[in-house]
Amino acid sequence: MTIPPTTRRDFLKVSAVIGGGMLLGFRLDASAPTAAAPFKANAWISIAPDGTVTFTCGRSEMGQDVYTSLSMLLSEELGVDPRRVTVLHAPADAAYVNTAIGAQITGGSTSIREAWEPLRKAGATARMMLVSAAATRWGVPASDCVAANGMVTHGPHKAGYGELAAAAAVLPVPRDVPLKNPGTFTVIGKPLPRLDGAIKARGKAVYGIDIKRPGMLYAALVQCPVFGGKITSVDEAGVAQRAGVRAVVNLGDGVAVVATHYWTARQAAEALRIQWDEGPAANLGTDAIFATLSAARGRPGFVAKKAGDATAALASGAIEAEYRCQMLAHATLEPQNCTAIVTPGGVEVWASVQFPQGAQGTAAAVAGVKPEQVKVNCTFIGGGFGRRLENDFVGQAVAIAKAVPNTPIQLIWNRPDDMRHDFYRPPSIHVMRGAVAGGSVTALSGTLISPSITARAFPSFVVNGNDPFMVEGLANLTYDIPNLELRTIIQEVGVRVGFWRSVSHALNAFAVESFVDELALAAGKDPLGFRLALLSKMPRQQAVLERAAQVSGYTATPGAGRAFGIASMECYDTNVALVCAVSGNAERVKLERVTICADCGVAVHPDQVIAQLQGGVVTGLIQSLRSKITFVKGRVEQSNFNDFQLPRMHEVPPVQVELIQSGGKPGGMGEVGVPLVAPAIANAVFTLTGKRIRSTPLEDGGVRFA
Amino acid sequence: MASLLLNGKTVTVDAPPDTPLLWVLRDHLQLTGTKFGCGAGYCGACTVHMEGVATRSCQIPLSAAVGKRVTSIEGLTSRVGVAVQTAWDKHQVPQCGYCQSGQVMAAASLLAKNPKPTDDEIVEAMQGNLCRCGTYPRIQAAIHDAATTLGTRP
Repeated sequence: MTIPPTTRRDFLKVSAVIGGGMLLGFRLDASAPTAAAPFKANAWISIAPDGTVTFTCGRSEMGQDVYTSLSMLLSEELGVDPRRVTVLHAPADAAYVNTAIGAQITGGSTSIREAWEPLRKAGATARMMLVSAAATRWGVPASDCVAANGMVTHGPHKAGYGELAAAAAVLPVPRDVPLKNPGTFTVIGKPLPRLDGAIKARGKAVYGIDIKRPGMLYAALVQCPVFGGKITSVDEAGVAQRAGVRAVVNLGDGVAVVATHYWTARQAAEALRIQWDEGPAANLGTDAIFATLSAARGRPGFVAKKAGDATAALASGAIEAEYRCQMLAHATLEPQNCTAIVTPGGVEVWASVQFPQGAQGTAAAVAGVKPEQVKVNCTFIGGGFGRRLENDFVGQAVAIAKAVPNTPIQLIWNRPDDMRHDFYRPPSIHVMRGAVAGGSVTALSGTLISPSITARAFPSFVVNGNDPFMVEGLANLTYDIPNLELRTIIQEVGVRVGFWRSVSHALNAFAVESFVDELALAAGKDPLGFRLALLSKMPRQQAVLERAAQVSGYTATPGAGRAFGIASMECYDTNVALVCAVSGNAERVKLERVTICADCGVAVHPDQVIAQLQGGVVTGLIQSLRSKITFVKGRVEQSNFNDFQLPRMHEVPPVQVELIQSGGKPGGMGEVGVPLVAPAIANAVFTLTGKRIRSTPLEDGGVRFA
Repeated sequence: MASLLLNGKTVTVDAPPDTPLLWVLRDHLQLTGTKFGCGAGYCGACTVHMEGVATRSCQIPLSAAVGKRVTSIEGLTSRVGVAVQTAWDKHQVPQCGYCQSGQVMAAASLLAKNPKPTDDEIVEAMQGNLCRCGTYPRIQAAIHDAATTLGTRP
């Protein structure tokens, strides 16, 4: 997702707090408040009389560091030590809408990009008001006062923000407050421990699954093994009478057992005998899924990017290749779970969610109440990766809680539930055609065929066959190719698909970046020089590619038993390039080192930008090595980490990160590390072995990774 | 009623004897630092120390833990444990953090019996602990760092 430049104005509202103190609400939006649409803040900062600064963070913390890095944006301009900022998880409320997406969503690598200006502006405005209050108190010019470290000073005068907050809160809100020159930043771009780091190393961070409520019961669920299936009968024989079991709840497509403890509930659920009508998907299989995709290749689809006339240029012969990506589960380490209580007054929910507003809407619909009667409490998230944009488990928990009213119910999925009832990364086929002459690409056409996540999750976003997430990695292709046509074809296959960290960027990058290497081979060129020549109009992209190549020691001729593979793209307003060094032979390939270079303009919290790239590479390894989700007779074959194998420590090579900060605005960072891993490894494997693998996971192509 | 020597204290629990230690800790004793990840011993999120050895608490029925010395992340106050957590802070290891209790417990167990592990020995000891966020390189660096700290400050 690219965030367009805006000329938006940001609106602030400041109010006094009973007992003294200051509350700032501000709105990140393009629209001015009107009588019909009065001011509503979407982020909150409060300064208490004791000087405590509390920041209510509207984005979910799932490891990507919003908790700290958003606090840094605020602290920089407010003039406080970010380590002294108390951060709260925002509840579900339209007030916290992510204006880059239009909903209260943490996703699309948007958090820093959206908050970059408004959050700093809010801090600067508050600082100016605190300074004004101090200047008035002391009868000195505001311009002579200094605000830093939570304190305003002027000569011998000194006052903490807490002392000034009440007076500042009643001042008029200044407009167009200037922001610091980046050269004077003392927080942004500087080292800082994560505000949630120490608690996470000590088991003290509270995730959804850790919520405990008075009188809480636990629920375990048996879901239909086939999506869309229904219960025909349930034999509860003895289950409801078991010690500790409080209720057996039939949800129509699953049965929940509610008990005093989770283990009791789970054991009892396993004893249920359920007959299913497995429904229309009962015979679904992976081969049929790919056959359905393949059969759609003749449809026109949507043209995501076009230049010249690729059809004509490729009419007289083309290099052709087809690429496939298997489905993937999110496999968050915290299994899906939700705690809910339904009372006559409404619903309260506690959950690890990336879309609290969606959780609110889902809970309201299930409980038959208005969304404003649902309170959603957000927690730390034990891995999101897009899985927790879905709120299926919230609906289930509320349905169970509705059957056991006035009692908090914690629904916990087990790992097979989680693996088999995910919203999977879509399966895809790419049909690529290209031509080379004079050592460069003269024409390229590429078509992505896959189911549309957006058509299921946010149908109004798909207009005239254009799924704005499917075109990611195509519409923003960086290469200058005279005849170009990149298309997307939406083809449903009967599997529910979901946003998976970096979404279509990963699918498209695998095909495009592998195929660019195939074209380089046909043109008789080194893949690095071949790419750099196609990037002559993209200096930032050239720079990251050159740096990655240089730092990695990239060479086209590294000697027997060694090889490098490269890949490059722009995504989320960040330029990125990746080099993978490998060794071995056709039977066994060792990943020696990954070098990734990114230019995200400004790195707000550099150590955690590095962490996101390191971790992103490991996520990229998931699709590269051997993980995949397959269907047989409508059932997901995988069930746990023995058959959906996440990379372990010994499989992860050293990851070297290079940052270029070319200034301006920050680019997105949460997903950037992911997409280039698979094509870079595939390219390295080709150079090493002469074998071109055109499907992920790459081990399906006959290579083994040591 | 079953008795455990948990985090240095004797605690009694009224739970079915087949209840995994993981759920005894989380549901019966409200100690939620130990995490549920897979329920099958594949991910290591539930790692605790039993008689000082890193153990998957999801695989240990309460009956097998009776009378045993058990340490969960909440009770990791040993010199080695503190050194590991300090190194975790220094290297800024956690991202989502969900696996980190288990990683810290596994690392502390390793260093308690092998004060100067090699890279291979770290991998050997830690490869049962999954990190979905991919913090492995920092975990390795932090373990080396903790080993150095423990070696230089007896």
